[in-house]
Amino acid sequence: MSAASLGYGELALASLLLWLNGALSLWLGLGLERRMLVAGVRMVVQLLLVGLILKALFEVSSPLITGLAILVMIAVAANEVHARPERRLGGVWGFAIGAVPMMASTVVVTLLALVFAVGAQPWSDPRYAIPLAGIILGSVMNGVSLGLAGLVGGVVRERNGIEAQLALGMTKLAALRPLMRQALRNAWIPLINQMSAAGIVTLPGMMTGQILAGMDPVDAVKYQIMIMFLLGGASGFGVLGAVYAAVWRLTDERHRLRLDRVVTRE
Amino acid sequence: MLIVERLQRLSFGPFALTVADGECVAIAGPSGAGKSVFLRMIADLDPHVGTVRLDAASREAMPAPRWRRLVTYVAAESGWWADAVAAHFGATIEPARALLPAVNLAVEALDWPVARLSSGERQRLALVRALVQEPRALLLDEPTAALDPDATAAVEALLRRVLQRGTSIVLVSHDPRQADRLAARQFRMEAGQLKARVP
Repeated sequence: MSAASLGYGELALASLLLWLNGALSLWLGLGLERRMLVAGVRMVVQLLLVGLILKALFEVSSPLITGLAILVMIAVAANEVHARPERRLGGVWGFAIGAVPMMASTVVVTLLALVFAVGAQPWSDPRYAIPLAGIILGSVMNGVSLGLAGLVGGVVRERNGIEAQLALGMTKLAALRPLMRQALRNAWIPLINQMSAAGIVTLPGMMTGQILAGMDPVDAVKYQIMIMFLLGGASGFGVLGAVYAAVWRLTDERHRLRLDRVVTRE
Repeated sequence: MLIVERLQRLSFGPFALTVADGECVAIAGPSGAGKSVFLRMIADLDPHVGTVRLDAASREAMPAPRWRRLVTYVAAESGWWADAVAAHFGATIEPARALLPAVNLAVEALDWPVARLSSGERQRLALVRALVQEPRALLLDEPTAALDPDATAAVEALLRRVLQRGTSIVLVSHDPRQADRLAARQFRMEAGQLKARVP
């Protein structure tokens, strides 16, 4: 695989595109230029740091350190899922209902992929383990985030309807089923879109990267197909686990709606 | 007979109350005094301490959904969870159809979308929805607040029939005349305490 190496000069040249957009925002009074600048700088710094860290991890190639790195990635993702939404479940449990399913499904699917699909030698080779865990985690994070925010927001919004059902003697699962279904559906939509449009509307990022780096397109496509299956499976399990865990926290054993456990961001 | 003992939540209570079969007990009092909190506690809709029994059957000994079918709370603001009115009734749709004229509602109301209902129509349909399940006790939170005098009279007549069947009713009402018309005993909720009131 022969990759055409990029120089920093070329990167600077490409950054002109963002500068130009910043100038346009200023000219049109969109008020976006500051955020563009901050996001752009963050992206550059974060990616450069990640490049350095990955290089070091690949050189050390220790299963323990690889595992720790993946754990840190999961913690950051879980924090994103917990901190973002306007309404969320509070406390340690609020963090755990997102973090535990995300971790379980990311770890299990990554391990399965490493051992059975990629066939890396050794299976814990960070060159495979870390990017795989990262791409799977990213997808699980999006799904869980959409699922949880949708469910908790929906339950608060539909409170009267849910409590009317409970007051009439329906079980909590019966009362919450429509919202659970909606939350799961919302979480699946990006993945379904991604799968349906793959290769026609967009060339998936990873595949594009591999082709640019000189890989045979058919090999790159095979990799991409496997990745899509992994993403779909991992997100699906993660979201399902998170939504059921959230329902368990949003209600109690006496089939009450426990909105006192929901925190609204100021 | 509905027997409430030492019911307590936050700064509300402790409450004790016994309502005989076929008896209506009315509760008045300012907003925020704890009237709805009290009814919701009896229906076990919020965490709290204390016990409630229906004759010898203890609430704690049965699953909450079964208790709420026996002792049904009807909120002041009715809740809906589907687009069509009929979807809220399921197997009880025919008994509900039979009851609608008694609360001055057109039978066709069951075929409407919920969005078309006025708040008074919603309130009456929510009451019918609870009645057709034939609970042993009803916890009614301002059941006629959004109704005109004719509809109010119709609902009261229906409630009297329900009482005659032996159903117990705890009625929260702001209208002292309504309390006089329906209730044998009256209470006033003040700052989380229930006080007997002479009609």
